[in-house]
Amino acid sequence: MKHLLSIDEVGTDGLRHLLDLSDHMAEINRRPVPKVPALRGKTVVSLFFEDSTRTRLSFETAAKRLSADTMTFSVSTSSVNKGESLRDTIETVAAMGVDAFVVRHMSSGVPWQISRWTEASVINAGDGWHEHPTQALLDCYTIRTALNRPDGFEGLHIAIVGDIKHSRVARSDVWAFVALGARVTLVAPETLLPPSLDGWPVDVAHHIDDVVSKVDVLYMLRMQRERIHEALVPSLREYTSRFGLTPDRAGRLRQHAIVMHPGPMNRGVEMAVDPSELPGSVIAQQVTNGVSVRMAVLFQLLGSGSGLAGEAS
Amino acid sequence: MTNGGTGIATAKSVVIKGGTVLDQRGEHRADVRVEGGVVTEVGVALRGGDTLDAGGCMVTPGFVDLHVHLREPGREEAETIETGSRAAAMGGFTAIVAMPNTEPPHDSLAVVQMVRRRGQEAGLCDVLPSGCITMGRAGETLAPMAELAAAGVHIFTDDGTGVQDPLLMRRALEYAKSLGITLAQHCEVSRLTEGAVMHEGACCSRLGVPGWPAVAEELMVMRDIELSRLTGAPVHFLHLSTAKSVDLVRTAKADGLRVTAEAAPHHFTLTDEMLTGFDPIFKVNPPLRERADIDAVKRGLADGTIDAIATDHAPHPAELKEMPLDQAPPGMLGLETSLALSISELGLELRHVVALLSWRPAAIAGVADRHGRAIEVGAPANITVFDPDLAWTVSPARLASKSRNTPYAGRAVRGKVRHTVLCGVPVVIDGEAQR
Repeated sequence: MKHLLSIDEVGTDGLRHLLDLSDHMAEINRRPVPKVPALRGKTVVSLFFEDSTRTRLSFETAAKRLSADTMTFSVSTSSVNKGESLRDTIETVAAMGVDAFVVRHMSSGVPWQISRWTEASVINAGDGWHEHPTQALLDCYTIRTALNRPDGFEGLHIAIVGDIKHSRVARSDVWAFVALGARVTLVAPETLLPPSLDGWPVDVAHHIDDVVSKVDVLYMLRMQRERIHEALVPSLREYTSRFGLTPDRAGRLRQHAIVMHPGPMNRGVEMAVDPSELPGSVIAQQVTNGVSVRMAVLFQLLGSGSGLAGEAS
Repeated sequence: MTNGGTGIATAKSVVIKGGTVLDQRGEHRADVRVEGGVVTEVGVALRGGDTLDAGGCMVTPGFVDLHVHLREPGREEAETIETGSRAAAMGGFTAIVAMPNTEPPHDSLAVVQMVRRRGQEAGLCDVLPSGCITMGRAGETLAPMAELAAAGVHIFTDDGTGVQDPLLMRRALEYAKSLGITLAQHCEVSRLTEGAVMHEGACCSRLGVPGWPAVAEELMVMRDIELSRLTGAPVHFLHLSTAKSVDLVRTAKADGLRVTAEAAPHHFTLTDEMLTGFDPIFKVNPPLRERADIDAVKRGLADGTIDAIATDHAPHPAELKEMPLDQAPPGMLGLETSLALSISELGLELRHVVALLSWRPAAIAGVADRHGRAIEVGAPANITVFDPDLAWTVSPARLASKSRNTPYAGRAVRGKVRHTVLCGVPVVIDGEAQR
């Protein structure tokens, strides 16, 4: 594996392998000194053309715990603002000696374009509405540990609720969950679904009440306020009434069911309940697990395959 | 001899030798002598003068492209009238309609005359400037259509955008009717395509890219068919891309309306799945669509619903086609690959392909007096000689266009222009531009 661009290309075996590797990384993260020399001498550059505090910090933490050198390039301080082309930017940074680019961009497909211009590995940290493969990995890892499913998701029913149409999280999660054996239901009004679901291995529901008492995992997506102005939903109030997780609905969740959210949350909209009062919430674990799975990805792409043992010197 | 005024005339006698003459009257082996800008002799074993070898080739009326973006004035880094004319000549075109979306656009006599003059100076093909329907292509007030028509402009369009306002379009058609000109519509209801990047369907849904729904084209085709019915004015539909659009035009023609249509080679050869790698080289407007649409466009070309193959040649410099997919400009090159793709992909008889490339578009462009004419004594010598069987591979570096944004790099095709004769002057000989 040279790049991590989409979750689809990882495949079921690849997913299992990365999740197993994440277990090792989680063990490292529990040590008093959570740092190993595995990627010493490797350089990882974070290219963030869109704000994302949590994903950027998660990747940087992951790289540092593997002893890689890290650089951060964010658009507000870069020459991109001076009119430099994306390709020139990549080639300039690559010329400094880079082993991996971690790319976040508001336009779908940019990591694919970058992978054609550099010899370095490219990791997609979220592109437009398209994919967010490390989010899918951390979501799978979270489900696997929270529901104790080391062998796969056969028999699990997962509902993804909200703005699927504009969600890179959904476009990665669906394929990862299904690859591991889960049944997936998308819950959204037609206006927030992709224009075509041909080839998507999913069911569709149009009301959260259709699924809330049946599922093992309730995955809530962020509902952006701008969608009101695009005539996609009449009002946030109406959205919450049909698709929000309210205290009443939380009370109807199955005993063992978990609630997930990729963050940042819109409290009072899709999360109309305080997550700290939700026994099934694993939202904090998702963030913690993000570091472990990103360590696994960096190690898989850049590691020699041996140096996981030992402490950093 | 004037030839829409390429400015070049020659008394020199040239014999196109050993080919098969193919035109609207049929097909026969013959040599063709041109002299003083006209055909002076058609017969066997003609002697004397310079010779252009046409062995194994078809000798046909020159091709006419109804839809070319030459970028000059304003975007000369992408193409100039000279480089675009050279690409046209290399593709076998003796006349091209220059689209109006330059900077400034073709909404004044000065710009239209400048474009025509620069075409004459280049002397590689007959550059026919189109005119804008509305000032600045802004869709608000009418451009001086009568003044431009008096200066010889025949096709009027706001191409790049459609005329959104139905009242303005009705008025434009009514005004145009008495001028003997043709309005050509870029069919796109822009409110339905805000932010759109590629065809709306399964592919864009998976790729997380905003979709350009087929209905945005079809609604405007539908509207303008009805406005043509109401006003009696002719309408030409640019670059039809959807199955339903083709059906609408077919029905309108059956109703006897004065509608014509063109289709671009990329709309009968490439699907939206080409965008899977997010390469903006495949971004075009209207977008690449689905297999069923390709099949419908081919059927439309086969049954006469679509009158012409037009390239929508749209050059862009490499750096713009390396922008993120949603920010990169739409458009792809077409002039130098149109013949080969038409021969290779349409499955039509050669005579039918040449009709779509030559005399049918010549009639729509209003130049049937000098382009696309049967090859007979006295006809203006605008002639294309091509080898229908020559296999070649598209190589961007070898194109005459100033830009390189062909979506066909590396594609194996069949059929290549060997000579192009403009007003009696060979401007391409053995696949090499002569100026």
